[in-house]
Amino acid sequence: MKLVIGIVRPEKANDVLEALYRAEVRGVSMSRVQGHGGELDRVETYRGTTVKMGLAEKVRFEVAVSDEFVEPTIEALCEGGRTGEVGDGKIFVMPLERAVRIRTGESDREAVTPVVNR
Amino acid sequence: MSMPPLAALPAGVDSGDTAWMLVATALVLMMTPALGLFYAGLVREKNTLNTFMMCVGAIAVAGVVWALVGYSLAFDGTGSLLGGLGYVGLHDVTFVPREGTTIPHLLFMAFQATFCIITAALVSGAVVERMRFGPFLVFVALWSLLVYSVLAHWSFGGGWLAAGGTLDFAGGIPVEMGSGFSALAAALVVGQRKDYGRQALLPHNATYVLLGAGLLWFGWFGFNGGSGFSTGDPSVLAFVNTLLTPAAALVMWFVLDLIRGRKVTAIGAATAIIVGCVLITPAGAFISPGWALVLGAVGALPCYAVIVWRPRTRVDETLDVLAAHGIAGFTGILFIGFFASLAWNGVADGLFFGNASQLGDQALAALVTPLYAFGMTYLLLRAMSLFTSLRSTEHEEAVGMDFVQHGEEAYASGEGAILVMPESERERRLVADPTP
Repeated sequence: MKLVIGIVRPEKANDVLEALYRAEVRGVSMSRVQGHGGELDRVETYRGTTVKMGLAEKVRFEVAVSDEFVEPTIEALCEGGRTGEVGDGKIFVMPLERAVRIRTGESDREAVTPVVNR
Repeated sequence: MSMPPLAALPAGVDSGDTAWMLVATALVLMMTPALGLFYAGLVREKNTLNTFMMCVGAIAVAGVVWALVGYSLAFDGTGSLLGGLGYVGLHDVTFVPREGTTIPHLLFMAFQATFCIITAALVSGAVVERMRFGPFLVFVALWSLLVYSVLAHWSFGGGWLAAGGTLDFAGGIPVEMGSGFSALAAALVVGQRKDYGRQALLPHNATYVLLGAGLLWFGWFGFNGGSGFSTGDPSVLAFVNTLLTPAAALVMWFVLDLIRGRKVTAIGAATAIIVGCVLITPAGAFISPGWALVLGAVGALPCYAVIVWRPRTRVDETLDVLAAHGIAGFTGILFIGFFASLAWNGVADGLFFGNASQLGDQALAALVTPLYAFGMTYLLLRAMSLFTSLRSTEHEEAVGMDFVQHGEEAYASGEGAILVMPESERERRLVADPTP
């Protein structure tokens, strides 16, 4: 059981969701974050003030999956999030100690497996 | 110090009429930023500024082009198809009123300028979220001459439609049908957004949409109420009908929304306000207040139908200019043919009051205007596309037009933003305050 965190471009978020859906990964959280990963800064000008946007808008996906879903999830994040330009984002995979489905009290593998798949 | 004597009004100028038309002109100009707000609310967050700026750009470009050339093409002389060049560069446009009006000619020109501006801005609704800003400005310049000035001449400037007896009080022909059917052509040439029909592309701020619609309605009292160029009965009737028709359209829209989705929607209500204002634009002072109410209720039906139908097609006419302006203008123009009332307008009756020929005159305009607006806009954009790319790349479209076209964001937070200073300025400040 792993927690897969994918940080992608906001404009690719819908493509990632589509790819995850096609990979039959159904339990997903998504949040807007700001980050910096070595891409070129966006330069914006407001009246006389020119600024470099040091932090870029990103979308962070968090997906808790059973072991056999780790690879499909990573593939979906890559496929949906990739443009080939610097700034496509990162994927982090972390061990997950415990998961509990609040409604039923099920834990671990049962908790991260969508109801429809059983 | 001696004061110069108060200037007398030029012969034929009425002070009351002039006062009202000064206000009406300002009201109509306000409609374009109001449209910008309305449109900006309907697009995605990342395209807010670009969408608004298309309306601001129309004020800039159409305003200048109108003063230089457009006004002359529309309003110099009574040529059948096109006006002359006598007023180019505002030559001879002075304080002396035009024949048949009681306001300074210069003010008449300014009032008409605001119409050209908003009409060009309306067309942007078909191409938002993808058309490049530069080509759009060029399009506005050429379109305001090739389409707007021509249609304005036909219907307002003594051209063949007006001479033939077609009635159009405040611009059902050049403004509403002109923008609506041009929008359809623009959407077809520029093409659909990359995610159209694949992803949900939703309005990002319904409050902007309602506020924009409210300000448009407010401005429309100048638009319709000013189209009599006086404070006389026609202006009063058009003004009051501008209250009644949109109200009736709102009620009908509520009913249709309830039937279709069991809920009355806010964006539907904003749309209904626009539809109602457009419906009464051509009919303004030609129909009774009672029939104005009927027009709002009945005229909402075809517009609602097209708004429901259009997103099911492959035509990404993004903000439904065709439905809200083209179809509503078409309906309003035809409605005059049925329900114009000599007792109210002093000009002509419609079919319902025994004058079938008026319906023929109206139907002619309702047939020819869409064909001309669609055809000319289509050719213009196709010609432009030979020289330049009309739209952004897929990547730019994904990033959003605000940053790509303007280098700004509507909702920039400033978090993580680093101030860029010229080197000399940085050094000067470091010397003044050496703490890092």
